[in-house]
Amino acid sequence: MGGYGDIQCIDENGIRLDGRTAEQMREVEIECGVIPVADGSARVKWGKNEVIAAVYGPMEAHPRKIQRQDRAILDVRYNMAPFSTTDRIRPGFNRRSREISKVTADALESVVDLELYPRSKIRVEIEIICAEAGTRCAGITAASMALADAGIPMSDMVVSVASGKVHDIVVCDLNKEEDNYGEADLPMGILPMTGELVFLQMDGDLNMEQFQQAWDYNMESAKEVHAVMVEALKRRYGGDE
Amino acid sequence: MTGDSTSNESGKGSTLVYPGQRLSADGSAQAGHGVRLIDGNLVAMKTGNMVRSGNTVTIEPLSSRYVPRASDLVVGYIEGMTNNIWFVDIGAAFNAILPMSLAPWKVEFGAVRQHLGIGDAILCRVQEVDETHSSVVTMKGMGLRKLKSGFIEEIPPHIIGKVIGKGGGMLQQLKSLGQSRMIIGQNGRIWIDGELSGMSETRKAMDVIRDTAHLPGLNERVAALATE
Repeated sequence: MGGYGDIQCIDENGIRLDGRTAEQMREVEIECGVIPVADGSARVKWGKNEVIAAVYGPMEAHPRKIQRQDRAILDVRYNMAPFSTTDRIRPGFNRRSREISKVTADALESVVDLELYPRSKIRVEIEIICAEAGTRCAGITAASMALADAGIPMSDMVVSVASGKVHDIVVCDLNKEEDNYGEADLPMGILPMTGELVFLQMDGDLNMEQFQQAWDYNMESAKEVHAVMVEALKRRYGGDE
Repeated sequence: MTGDSTSNESGKGSTLVYPGQRLSADGSAQAGHGVRLIDGNLVAMKTGNMVRSGNTVTIEPLSSRYVPRASDLVVGYIEGMTNNIWFVDIGAAFNAILPMSLAPWKVEFGAVRQHLGIGDAILCRVQEVDETHSSVVTMKGMGLRKLKSGFIEEIPPHIIGKVIGKGGGMLQQLKSLGQSRMIIGQNGRIWIDGELSGMSETRKAMDVIRDTAHLPGLNERVAALATE
């Protein structure tokens, strides 16, 4: 966390740099079936973030040593396009993308019915086209949406949202400046139908009240995003032409 | 039924559901395909149309991969071989195997390549499937053969029923549209053979079915192609 820095992220009226209030999240747009050759796919536009996720499989897991005899494995790959930020990202895996791939796989494994496909692999590709803070949340949401589009059996769709703290004020859905200059960040993966948690990380410090406030913001935001996800599925399959 | 499901306007009373949606909590209904009982609630596990037949709630998926079942007629591609076995891509998670003993020819050990090479298309039948979805296919049976002409169109396996239609009506329509022969594999691969112009008409119709199978009025849309 970069501390206060020189940037004033919230004015005296509680309005943030992008005009939102503390409890408002960015606009979210979701579309399914954007990659025709994939078994399932989704595009998520979350503020200025743009993420595409594609799902392939279930397919035979190669090499054989990675196969699990009793269930499928989720092979998740999170990648930021070199042009997704103002500083060019060196192509290929790095420590951050490995970490996000792993936490995404862990979050999705909680809901996907992997026991139905022993010895198989379900490949989930997450590509960040444009990044503006919160790409792991947008990535998990897009991957969950693509899995639903692919017809993979799952007990719920994971919605990931983040809240954080800027100038000692808890704010919902951090933008780039708040992420860079804020004091804390709390991304969560939520199952909207039950309110269960499948993923939680925390950068920086929050006291109990602030944590509870961020938690509440995330739970509320998850419901909003879930409604957008359901609408996207209805648009694709429900006959709204 | 609970949740905020909406009708898909197909006129059949089916309802679009999404993973995680609570379908029923009255305890009387039973979980069918694509539904699971979690904490006393029936929960949808897939995106699809919910269908209630009798006491059982099932979901007709709107997107799926082929899962082989014994006796399915399928179109496969040869992907590899050993001295006595071919490996056949039937569109499932795992390649099926075709032992030389189940080929329609007398095959000498080590001479499998003389009969089927990599990339060849075959019409075969699933003989057995084990609990890990590994399958064995056979080419012994009436009409099972190597496919040497025509082309193979792929559609998602769950819309095979739409291609066949009620009483085979849609299939007849497609055959007469392109004046071509068609064989439908349960794995979503459809072999079409005939005159080139006719096959291209059939292909256009298949595109329409693939894109709009979940919407009402499919027969009319395909019939409209015939009059164009």
